[in-house]
Amino acid sequence: MTSRRQVLTQSAAFLGAASAGLMLPARAQNAKVRIGLMLPYTGTFAQLGLACDNGFRMALEEKGNKLGGRDIEYFKVDDESEPSKGVENANKLVQRDKVDVLVGTVHSGVQMGIHKVARETGVLSIIPNAGMHAATRALCAPNVFRTSFTNSQPTLALGKVMMAKGHKKAVWITWKYAAGDEAGEGFKEGYLAAGGTIVKELGLPFPNVEFQALLTEIASIKPDAVACFFSGGGASKFIRDYAAAGLAGKIPLYGSGFLTEGLLDDELAPSAQGITTTLHYSTSLATKRNDAFRLAYAKAFKMQPDVYAVQGYDAGQLLIQGAAAVKGDFSNKKALYAAMENAVIDSPRGKWTMSKAHNPVQDMYVRVVKGKENVVQGVAAKALSDSGVGCKLG
Amino acid sequence: MDFANFFIQLLNSVQYGLLLFLLAAGLTLIFGIMGVVNLAHGSFYMLGAYTAYALTGAWDNLFLAVLVGAVISLAIGWTLEKILFKHFYKRDHLDQVLLTFGLIYIFEEIRSMIWGDDVHNVAIPGSLNWSIGLTDTLSYPAYRLFMLAVCLLLALGLWLLISRTKIGMKIRAGAFNSDMAQALGVNIVRLHALVFALGVALASVAGMLISPLSSVYPYMGSQVLIMCFVVVVIGGIGSVRGALTAALLVGLVDTFGKVLLPQFASMLVYVLMALVLLYKPEGLFKQ
Repeated sequence: MTSRRQVLTQSAAFLGAASAGLMLPARAQNAKVRIGLMLPYTGTFAQLGLACDNGFRMALEEKGNKLGGRDIEYFKVDDESEPSKGVENANKLVQRDKVDVLVGTVHSGVQMGIHKVARETGVLSIIPNAGMHAATRALCAPNVFRTSFTNSQPTLALGKVMMAKGHKKAVWITWKYAAGDEAGEGFKEGYLAAGGTIVKELGLPFPNVEFQALLTEIASIKPDAVACFFSGGGASKFIRDYAAAGLAGKIPLYGSGFLTEGLLDDELAPSAQGITTTLHYSTSLATKRNDAFRLAYAKAFKMQPDVYAVQGYDAGQLLIQGAAAVKGDFSNKKALYAAMENAVIDSPRGKWTMSKAHNPVQDMYVRVVKGKENVVQGVAAKALSDSGVGCKLG
Repeated sequence: MDFANFFIQLLNSVQYGLLLFLLAAGLTLIFGIMGVVNLAHGSFYMLGAYTAYALTGAWDNLFLAVLVGAVISLAIGWTLEKILFKHFYKRDHLDQVLLTFGLIYIFEEIRSMIWGDDVHNVAIPGSLNWSIGLTDTLSYPAYRLFMLAVCLLLALGLWLLISRTKIGMKIRAGAFNSDMAQALGVNIVRLHALVFALGVALASVAGMLISPLSSVYPYMGSQVLIMCFVVVVIGGIGSVRGALTAALLVGLVDTFGKVLLPQFASMLVYVLMALVLLYKPEGLFKQ
């Protein structure tokens, strides 16, 4: 029979062990580095999540799956692109699994949840896609790094490209939600600075795809060009409707690169010919670094990489550089963050660095759809940095 | 906006309005005659769209898919009425709301189990995959004109059914006073099942027709359901004529709002509803 005293002493011993255990990760250099991957593994963005996951693992695989000499261990959570579960899912990794670094995610709404947890707990957070401004602007944080873009970064480079073609009057069209509005902000800034005029801004609620009335309006305005932000299924729908309305070939279509990224299949390609976009990557980028990456990726995963895979891969590269600088001691935060801030990432998209607000300073490429490829025409903007307005870091 | 473009936008409005009418007609009839608030009405639209996706995948023929899908949805509507809805006619509205709200989740879960959570495209039939040049910059997709014609025919058919046939007379009698209609020998039980099945089939056909244009995605019914309720409220509960007028009105406000006042486009329809509620609380055509 167990006496009451025995129970008490046992639980005291257990508590003691548990609290000692809590302090363990900070002390033990031989323990594995705990990496939390919070990505959409199901749902509309499942492909994007998988690409980020693949890219990230590939980067670590290349270094023998070690970070600063320590072995690694993965913890996965499917965020389902469900914003209402963002905080809860991030906490699963941070509180329950006690991860040293949280890598995620794709959807900006979910990212807000991760960001909240990252700011509250101070866990190292690397964003492999979500482009919402706040993360590297007003709500930037020393422990949050992004390896992708801000929503306004690709469209910021668009204006100059359009003006160079003599398109002085443009219509802007997008979904009315955070990412669309932020992309619009970037386009406006770049296009006005280049001397263009936006004759009309059109929008529809996300993810509505009933474009007919808006396309009719575009046809009646007859602008020199149309610029837009759409992505995924809605993007391919917009491209097809634009062609069906007879606008393709008459009024040139421009957009953020997500308009055509990873979507050009046999069905869509005929409607998409000639669409010009700006983005920080294209699969067809002809560099040795990109060729090597594409080959290795295709070999490992039996599919072609896209921009999301590159961003995941760079998240891995960034972490490797940071961990190497502190020899795997993730408790040495100051040195870790400094190393990540000063990292130069040799990416398949070209070399890039971190801005003071922890967002990539990177080249934006001009890409034109030819056949089923986004063919790179040149660099639209060299070392383009997001303004980072409102961020007090650095 | 010149005349040609005004005319084309009018065409867009009517097309959207008629589609809304197909959905709202069923909703308003079911509410008007059986007194059931059917929140799951949008789910039949969603299931219709997914059925079109599945059937065109199998046969590559949208016309056949719509016909077969319409028959299937009639059967489903009839069955649901018999095993579930008829027990709720005399119940409190709150009970009906709970039942049909639960049904939304059940239907979405079934959809998720069968087709997954991805967005799908339905191909426009090859025979309609071309455009008619209207102005020097704008062409009009033939499929949209086809859809417009089908919606018009269905609306006309529904009007003939209700105002010119014996069944329609019974439906109107049932809507006016169902006890009295029963006392006069109308088989109200069968009439209820018929009206319910018809409503489900209309919603489902609307979903199937729109699927090549809107693509097919989870919870697509919930968005459209809200718009349907707006139409029913504006038109007056139980009135098919009201639903038609209101649907066309909503189509006009939505289309021209998007173009002329893009900043306020998403709220204009609700402003319209608020105004109607303020000055005509019973709707434009009170039954």
